[in-house]
Amino acid sequence: MAAQDTSKQVTRRRERLDRGIKVRSEDIYALNSWREALYLLAPRALPVVALVLLQLLAPEYWQRVLISTTVFALLAISWDLAASSGMVCLGQALFFGVGAYLAGIMNHYLGLPPGLTLPLATLGGGVICTVLLLPVLRLRGIYFAMFTLILPLMIERIIEATKVFGGTEGLSGLTPFSHPLWESFLTMTALWVALFGLRRIMASDYGLVLKGINDNDRAVMSAALNIYRYKAQALFLASATGAFAGAFMTHSYRFVGMPVFALDYSILPIASAAVGGLGTLAGPALGAFILVPLSEMLRGLGGLRIVIYAVLLVVFTVGLPEGVFHYLRRKYTQFERWTEVGK
Amino acid sequence: MLQGTIIYGFINSVMLLLVALGFNLTFGISGVANFAFGALYITAGFLAWIGLNTLGLPYWLAGPAAVFITAVLAGLLYRFVVLRVRGLVVSEVIATFGVGLAILELFRFLGFIGFEYTLPEMLDLEVSLAGVIVDGQRLAILLVGAGLTLFLWWFTRHTRTGRAFRAIAQDEHTALTLGINTERVATVSVAFGAAYAAVAALVILPLGTIAVNEGYHVLVNALAVCIVGGLGSTLGVVVASFMIGFAQTFTATYLDTSWMMVVSLLAILVILLARPSGLFGSQKQLEERI
Repeated sequence: MAAQDTSKQVTRRRERLDRGIKVRSEDIYALNSWREALYLLAPRALPVVALVLLQLLAPEYWQRVLISTTVFALLAISWDLAASSGMVCLGQALFFGVGAYLAGIMNHYLGLPPGLTLPLATLGGGVICTVLLLPVLRLRGIYFAMFTLILPLMIERIIEATKVFGGTEGLSGLTPFSHPLWESFLTMTALWVALFGLRRIMASDYGLVLKGINDNDRAVMSAALNIYRYKAQALFLASATGAFAGAFMTHSYRFVGMPVFALDYSILPIASAAVGGLGTLAGPALGAFILVPLSEMLRGLGGLRIVIYAVLLVVFTVGLPEGVFHYLRRKYTQFERWTEVGK
Repeated sequence: MLQGTIIYGFINSVMLLLVALGFNLTFGISGVANFAFGALYITAGFLAWIGLNTLGLPYWLAGPAAVFITAVLAGLLYRFVVLRVRGLVVSEVIATFGVGLAILELFRFLGFIGFEYTLPEMLDLEVSLAGVIVDGQRLAILLVGAGLTLFLWWFTRHTRTGRAFRAIAQDEHTALTLGINTERVATVSVAFGAAYAAVAALVILPLGTIAVNEGYHVLVNALAVCIVGGLGSTLGVVVASFMIGFAQTFTATYLDTSWMMVVSLLAILVILLARPSGLFGSQKQLEERI
């Protein structure tokens, strides 16, 4: 049928309609059946349960992979939050690196335990990154992106040239977490707090303003809202999320050095967002959970690993441009049928 | 000493210019993201090397063949891979960067690493400029750089295709109403930019070895020059190359090589802060900041 259609005039198209259960459970709030409650709960609860089980049951090596995946998912969420507020950031490594160095410095020079360095580095990292980027908040689109791309690269070079904080050697021998389980559940909790908390913020009126800035900043301005305040606040939320990821990695690896400002930490969140789907926060997190374990699985292939990884990345972005999360959500909430056209 | 620094700063600037021209043509003038640029540059180098050493072709055949194949390869890549996500900026950047990454790492995997991967010099002579000895290859860089810059300037102003390149960046919809096939023009632009990258590779690579990592550096340098100069401006690219080139050479000579990157990155940050669309950018004020 399909082959015939392309040769002749198109006579039918695919129509998408919301499932009844979606309309009932979201619009009317008549959650009077287990089925409807489950329809809403399952996609939110299943990943949480699955991650806990995986963390407990997986072999030790994969537990480590899961932890770093969660950290990258946090970075991806941070990227998406900034991007949905109109700030496409090519330098997630800035947030990550500032948080990582803050935690390392506080632990190495002041001897603070992880229980103190993590919250301090999260808040401090958020403040520092926001202040660093305040002068360029007025820049739009690609110009903001370029500035954020260059900034972490330059900080890396300055550390190399001035040899502060251990220079090229970095700071090693930092305090580890007291127990591996505590470590894994800390990242997981952080991930769910960031994901569900920030998603809730984006769904509120406040989040609507942020999305409005992304869609049309001048229209938001004409509504007498100070977009720079909103942008700075969104930037603080995003950079604090990224700084937590960095501070956590510092204590997890017991090391902080120049690599935390490397391009990898900027590119992977964007790649995750491109694979998972922009603008939902959950999409980029899902993308990170696809890409990081994938890259680990390919580790056995040696030099070919990055080649295959890059090719898969291209296949994902080109083959499913809307992103995996949008695709899954569409399948979950809508059904499709063919309808006749032009009769 | 000072004369030497100035002359080598000049040559360094022209090298930056050569690398940035192709990137500027695709990304700046026609607004098509091609972050596989560094990979195409290295591909051209290896293609020429294979032509010369494995197939034993003469230079006048292997050189142009490498340029042609690189251009066709880039065009096909764009037409059959990246065109599907045209307009989705993030996906475009990720897809082209992914392609570049795959190409570069494939070369690394296939074992194209080592000192034997060098290209022959084009001019075998030495010239003394103001008491400084300059070898033939660096002279060739100066000549080719000047030639390519003039050609690009002429091409984007006085030919149909060149004007179409600028048109699709300025307003794609208007370009469509004027009968410009924007997708085809974007493909041609990518191929053209790749040809420029290939020529740059043929003249610059003989100075060292063809190293995979050079592909990443080339991309960063080209990006930096295009930002400082202003996207879409040939004159801006020229001026920016000279600014960054001289800044790099002078810091390397008088300060320390580890400050070289800091200086050029700082220049970019200052320019972005003061004039986001670059020295000669043609963007309107409201496009760049609000």
